[in-house]
Amino acid sequence: MSGASPQAAGGGALLEVAGLRVRYGVIEALHGVDLVVRRGEIVTVIGANGAGKTTLLKAISGLVPAAGGSIRHHGEQGTAELGRLRPHEIVARGVGHAPEGRRIFQNLTVRENLGLGAYLRRDRAAIESELAEILTLFPRLQERFAQNAGTLSGGEQQMLAMARALMSRPSLLLLDEPSLGLAPKLVRAIFGVIRTIRSRGTTLLLVEQNARLALEAADRAYVLETGSVALSGTASELASDPRVQRVYLGGDA
Amino acid sequence: MNEFLQQVVNGIAWGSLYALIALGYTMVYGVLRLINFAHGDVYMIGAMVAYYAARALLAPGTASAPAFFALLALSMAACGLLGFLIERLAYRPLRRSPKFTALITAIGVSLLLENGGQLFFGPDPKFFPQLIESREISPGSGIVITNVQLLILGVSLTLMLGLQFLVFRTRVGTALRAVSYSAETASLMGIDVDRMISLTFVLGSMLAGAAGVLVGLSNPKIEPLMGIMPGLKAFVAAVVGGIGNIPGAMAGGLLMGLSEVLVVGYVSSTYRDAIAFVILIVVLLVRPSGLFGTSLEEKV
Ligand SMILES: Nc1ncnc2c1ncn2[C@@H]1O[C@H](COP(=O)(O)OP(=O)(O)OP(=O)(O)O)[C@@H](O)[C@H]1O
Ligand SMILES: [Mg+2]
Repeated sequence: MSGASPQAAGGGALLEVAGLRVRYGVIEALHGVDLVVRRGEIVTVIGANGAGKTTLLKAISGLVPAAGGSIRHHGEQGTAELGRLRPHEIVARGVGHAPEGRRIFQNLTVRENLGLGAYLRRDRAAIESELAEILTLFPRLQERFAQNAGTLSGGEQQMLAMARALMSRPSLLLLDEPSLGLAPKLVRAIFGVIRTIRSRGTTLLLVEQNARLALEAADRAYVLETGSVALSGTASELASDPRVQRVYLGGDA
Repeated sequence: MNEFLQQVVNGIAWGSLYALIALGYTMVYGVLRLINFAHGDVYMIGAMVAYYAARALLAPGTASAPAFFALLALSMAACGLLGFLIERLAYRPLRRSPKFTALITAIGVSLLLENGGQLFFGPDPKFFPQLIESREISPGSGIVITNVQLLILGVSLTLMLGLQFLVFRTRVGTALRAVSYSAETASLMGIDVDRMISLTFVLGSMLAGAAGVLVGLSNPKIEPLMGIMPGLKAFVAAVVGGIGNIPGAMAGGLLMGLSEVLVVGYVSSTYRDAIAFVILIVVLLVRPSGLFGTSLEEKV
């Protein structure tokens, strides 16, 4: 069940990361990363703990400053260097980010969390119909709608985090380990939703520990090792690469 | 019994002023985890702005309710601007510095306003013009409630309900609560976090400014250091209510006012200021996160 769709590969570049360096104090976490995401693709970044996957996504959405290199986004409003923008301006360009660890607002209700996802949108009617559509993807959230988000289970929180990110109707969605800590059945469901999101026209940059499922769903993939891109190619190429199989697909079921 | 009720009435009117000031402490703490020590001095500026505006604009003896509301609005606007500038000039440049640096700066801003106040306004007390003539409006009930007390209570309650509505029922309020939970995640929703922080300072300072005008109605003697003790007590009120918690700050403020008036009435005016700290110590021992507070760990 390969999610790779050949027609997607033809899209123009939506995001171009070149020579990206990020430092935390004296420690450099990314040493010049190059990565391209084309319109309509699912691109996955896999790598061990501490490889710099989260740092890469945070740099793209402006949460950590780049110490070098460039992050160019070709959006509807033209091309911009994301390194010069603040996080809320990057969201306004259509880049959504469901961060690692879900980060839902536990002091707010499910409804308020979803409403904040659409914070920058003014078209009420469109927001309402979007909400209804998203709730069909995540029926559990419908049942929990008025409830405080802090009372949700881990899986429900993950769904809320994805649903909230979708509410901004992003053209590019960054997902940081959406399957982390979920039961196998829910993991399958989340990957199903990822495919649905793409089929609705959203481009995805997916960071995952579950390399097997990520490579199944993605068109192309990058392997990040200690802050540098070690391998890249189409997802099926990488899935059959002996080194990827040994290191990332070995004990992975 | 009547005397007790009388004290309660006085205590609630007095406490609503502490509550107004306490809200500013708690809101700023909510979004920045910073104790804005200059907040009590903003309240002093509120009183001073109304005093000078009344002198400049009102002919003696022309005081009236419309004049009072105009001065209230003017003071609130001036204090809102002051709060905006304090955040912009003193705290924002330190956003990425250690918390301790911002705390020291807060003390510095407070000293600046107090000493600047003594320089500009002069150290001696001024007497707030009588904007509203005090009248008893509860004849025959055995307790004295004045129109001024009622006005203080009415204005503070209206402002507090307005804030409550803004924070808990509007889009901007939801954004404020999101920033208070996690500024980083809020920015991923497209919320301009800096703007929300500015708004917090403006709103909190406006409430302090309102308290400064209201206090002039009942305690007309105003001077540049008048913000220190009420500021401290309002801070205690915010901590007692659970710092970061808006209903908590209101409840804490009322508790401060009531306990202070009751201690003066039934024990001794010597302990007038001490009671706030007794309550603080007891609450911190029994419920360290404050009366309305949830655990502080949740925030980090
Ligand atoms: N705020 C921080 N301060 C200092 N170092 C950090 C910080 N965040 C991450 N690092 C370091 O940067 C490196 C990359 O971390 P990052 O979180 O990007 O890895 P990751 O690939 O997402 O790992 P994981 O799979 O565990 O989520 C690690 O060595 C980490 O210790
Ligand atoms: Mg990570």
